[in-house]
Amino acid sequence: MSRIAERFRRLGERGEKGLITYLMAGDPDLTRTKELVARMAGAGADIIEIGIPFSDPLADGPVIQAAANRALANGITVRGVLQAVGQMRKEVDLPLVLMTYYNPVLQYGIERFCRDAAENGADGLIVPDLPHEESGPLRECSSRCGIDLVPLVAPTSTPARLAAICGVARGFIYCVSVTGVTGMREKIETDLRAFAGLVRRYTELPVAIGFGVSGPDAAARVATYCDAVVVGSALVRLIGRGAYEEVEKLTASLKAALL
Amino acid sequence: MLPDTRGYFGSFGGRFVPETLMAALEELETAYAAVKDDPGFRAELKWYLEHYVGRPSPLYYAARLTAHLGGARIYLKREDLNHTGAHKINNTIGQALLAKRMGKRRMIAETGAGQHGVATATAAALMGFECAIYMGEEDIVRQRLNVIRMDLLGASVIPVSAGTRTLKDAMNEAIRDWVTNVRSTYYLIGSVAGPHPYPMIVRDFQAVIGAETREQILRETGRLPDVIVACVGGGSNALGIFYDFLEAPEVRLIGVEAAGEGMETGLHAATLNRGHPGVLHGSLSYIIQDAEGQINPVHSIAAGLDYPGVGPEHCYLKETGRVTYTAATDTEALAAFELLSRTEGILPALESAHAIAEVVRLAPSLPQEAVIVVNLSGRGDKDVETVAQVKGVKQ
Repeated sequence: MSRIAERFRRLGERGEKGLITYLMAGDPDLTRTKELVARMAGAGADIIEIGIPFSDPLADGPVIQAAANRALANGITVRGVLQAVGQMRKEVDLPLVLMTYYNPVLQYGIERFCRDAAENGADGLIVPDLPHEESGPLRECSSRCGIDLVPLVAPTSTPARLAAICGVARGFIYCVSVTGVTGMREKIETDLRAFAGLVRRYTELPVAIGFGVSGPDAAARVATYCDAVVVGSALVRLIGRGAYEEVEKLTASLKAALL
Repeated sequence: MLPDTRGYFGSFGGRFVPETLMAALEELETAYAAVKDDPGFRAELKWYLEHYVGRPSPLYYAARLTAHLGGARIYLKREDLNHTGAHKINNTIGQALLAKRMGKRRMIAETGAGQHGVATATAAALMGFECAIYMGEEDIVRQRLNVIRMDLLGASVIPVSAGTRTLKDAMNEAIRDWVTNVRSTYYLIGSVAGPHPYPMIVRDFQAVIGAETREQILRETGRLPDVIVACVGGGSNALGIFYDFLEAPEVRLIGVEAAGEGMETGLHAATLNRGHPGVLHGSLSYIIQDAEGQINPVHSIAAGLDYPGVGPEHCYLKETGRVTYTAATDTEALAAFELLSRTEGILPALESAHAIAEVVRLAPSLPQEAVIVVNLSGRGDKDVETVAQVKGVKQ
């Protein structure tokens, strides 16, 4: 059983909702990223998404754009991030999911990326600008290497698209809560009950909801409809300020809201 | 017929966007397929092109430029004489009519030189759309006149301060807006770039340039031209004039990219000459990037060419060898700008001046009976401040 499946099985047994946290690798540097991953794991994160920076992140709002710029200014490379993941893997046993755009993967080489990610202990991969129709080569390769290519579904996804996406999905289904880019929001307008319900008609896999979840109260509300909640920008904003203790505190309070 | 059903021109093109936009692209593809050959839609478009844009644009024999260069006969396809001053309006009128049929209320666009922004704001005013134009802060400074025009036309110009503050970043922001407002908003892409079906739609609406050119040159000279030259940023004016001649191998097609301060300096925007295949802004095409797949900054004195990507069909035409892609520097473009102004009384857009620069190199080497058509894609009024500044510095 993959680390991701195992984690969701344990959450189900305990009747808990999962907390998926996000941070940008290399913001402000890889040593700090490794430390923050350990802190997030210690504070109750169930899965950690590790961003690999891209110069033109068109699915991201200002907070994660700024984090990507800081990381790139530090000369962060794909290889450097994968090596850092290998070091994290020795420290933490929770699933680590890479998140990046398609071009860095393409230039590194699809085969090589999947192989190096797997060798360094990554469990999953999310590529927000790679829709189902274009994902065949990466999906086959990642699957062969034991990496789950986690798909995104949106409130605008049609039933036909949900069926096609969920039919070949692995790991979990990432539901984008709103039409929009990543970032904290006051209010999520989407009818999440209906959305998550529709997605579940096409999959047995766990369902996570992300984009726009700003704090523990929002996380608890969103969690009623899914198996796990993703929080990114709220944490990345704290990292951007150098408030590393706060990152740990927010992670703990988010997890507490999901128990 | 290209693209194929997945939006590919050979190995280039496709659809690389967030899932949120996929249903909207499917909707657009279906809507376009429904109107493409619909006589009612064709007639409405033709009416606007004739009575509003002022088509057909003239094909003008540039006698003094020809005499000055002392070689091939040079004809200018006068897209600069269109309403709003560039070829961009051919596409915005077409897409605005499509958006109206789709029931959209709001339209957004990215712009570099501001020509596409002005053409979009114009179509929006004409057809009653709410309109927002994304423009990089650097371009806002160097194309101030067009910013004022967009404002007067009732569009809101949204400055983009991210990244290199030019066209690439304006396009990122426009896509982010579209992801957010996808249900109500039509994204009016201005070049033969972006995810399928945009490269096809924009090409089809610009193909009128080449179709007219064929008729006009046959009437004028009784044969097809030997060479057609056009500048290439994203590549819409070039594909527009080339498209009707792709199946006529005796016509040499030359696309001219921006060599900026020189190819060897790294400060250029010659994507097809110096880039490598990758994914940016929704399609797989040549892009200017580093070994890590990060997009590199580009440079051109012409804001409309200052873009690190290029349309996927151009990538295909490069690989098949049907079109040759050269490049002209800022300096060559400026010299061509002055030459055309002095010999013909026509101020070309700095973008189009790159095509003229290629003609300056090419015409003297061809016999006097040879015929070159150059797409004069836009007029230079928007660039007079830039040109004056550069000349001022040099004096």
